[in-house]
Amino acid sequence: MPDADSSTIISVTDLTKTFDGITAVDHITFSVKAGEIFAFLGPNGAGKSTTIKMLTTLLHPTGGTISMGGHDPADSPHKVRRTFGIVFQDPSLDEELTAYENMEYHGILYNVQKDKRRQRTKELLTIVELWDRRDDLVKNFSGGMKRRLEIARGLLHHPSILFLDEPTLGLDPQTRNLIWNYIRELNKSEGVTVFFTTHYMEEAERVAERIAIIDQGKIVIQGTPDELKSRTKSASLEDAFIGLTGRNIRTEEPSSLDRLRVRRKFFRKPGR
Amino acid sequence: MKAIYILWFRQIKRYSRSKARIIGSLGQPLLFLVALGFGFGPIYTKAGGGNYIQFLAPGIIAMSILFTATFAGIEVLWDRQFGFLKEILVAPVSRVEIMIGRTLGGATVAVVQGVIVFCLSLIIGFHPTNLTLLPLALLYMGLIAIMFTALGTAIACVIEDMQGFQLIINFLIMPTFFLSGALFPMESLPKAVRFIAAINPLAYGVDALRGILVHGAHLGLITDFTVLTSAAVAIMVLGSYLFSRMQV
Repeated sequence: MPDADSSTIISVTDLTKTFDGITAVDHITFSVKAGEIFAFLGPNGAGKSTTIKMLTTLLHPTGGTISMGGHDPADSPHKVRRTFGIVFQDPSLDEELTAYENMEYHGILYNVQKDKRRQRTKELLTIVELWDRRDDLVKNFSGGMKRRLEIARGLLHHPSILFLDEPTLGLDPQTRNLIWNYIRELNKSEGVTVFFTTHYMEEAERVAERIAIIDQGKIVIQGTPDELKSRTKSASLEDAFIGLTGRNIRTEEPSSLDRLRVRRKFFRKPGR
Repeated sequence: MKAIYILWFRQIKRYSRSKARIIGSLGQPLLFLVALGFGFGPIYTKAGGGNYIQFLAPGIIAMSILFTATFAGIEVLWDRQFGFLKEILVAPVSRVEIMIGRTLGGATVAVVQGVIVFCLSLIIGFHPTNLTLLPLALLYMGLIAIMFTALGTAIACVIEDMQGFQLIINFLIMPTFFLSGALFPMESLPKAVRFIAAINPLAYGVDALRGILVHGAHLGLITDFTVLTSAAVAIMVLGSYLFSRMQV
């Protein structure tokens, strides 16, 4: 059982998700403390994104329990949705709107009052250095700018938890460094709990206070970066990761953009 | 309500910024008005039907709304593929509100297209008999638009494939359009075809628009209103259910 003391903000017990008989997440149990930076690592197809989708109410678990800020997503999805902000693995901005309009849109959906919304938008866009570009259409932004805007948008409604699903994927080292600096600064200044996934082990080692590694749907180890290295007798987190998950290349799930190019099934089953 | 408003407003904003979409979607109705209107006009007049443009224009306005509204469902697929749907689905907003906001947004765009086609038809020679009834015509245009936007959105909830969506929509809207009385009177058609027209909700929309803009509705405006409203509500309920079951 995970620690369920008052400082626990995410508590997951025996969480399971199966798709057509295939177990994507297999009885995982972990907890995240309020204000913590928590890394959730694993090879492609290990179950990271499926876990995030269950935590963020996008998927219904097959079994197990979740508590997000004291609320169960199955019973109180709206209360859970107010507790977190999220930066998805794939871009999720409306590129036909401006940066400011994307922020406004998000603020209204989360029922943030007009004056607070405008003040917060200015504050966050200034932090991520996009205030001067607020009236530009997002389709004219670079990948790094879009990521920064998504982070600002995810924080607009003052969430307690920020989910970042591979936030630095495909970005150059300068932008990656900049983004992690923003995140650490926001974690310190606002006390926001950060739950992130990444394939860049050096980033996880540098930023995360605690790490869980998932492979084939099961959590294989969790602890601080030093604990993980010490328990696997590895010099670096990357060595520990490879030692625990093996060297075989995993099948990667197609992203939403890939699905545009590669036709999958014709009809989608509702409720899957 | 705020969520419905912002979802509606987003559709309007995107539409107003897409000049290519506005102009491009007028091509087909304009072609139908000009080619059919002037091509079949003399034959129609000779056969004793009167002025064909007067008959055709309400049908083409309905066609424009039908096509724009139904294809509005494709935006659900785009939002799914480009990730924006996830942003909406993780927001603390009920799926029913999302369905209503999207449908009203798509329907408003479709009505605007219908109004533009109406203005074009005036240039081509269409003369509405009573301009004071235009607000009533807008009401019926709105009902047609809501019904078919909800239908397009409902279909987009269960189809993942972009090309598949287009095929299904074409498969549905072509017979819906041709068997609606938009291009020719239904009275002289075989009984079986008339039966299909009787269960085609667009036929009631075309009848109402023709009734308001040209002369009295053949089926009766109250019947038209009842059928269109019932169909719009039923499809909205179905769409809301399918949307509520949607996971990404």
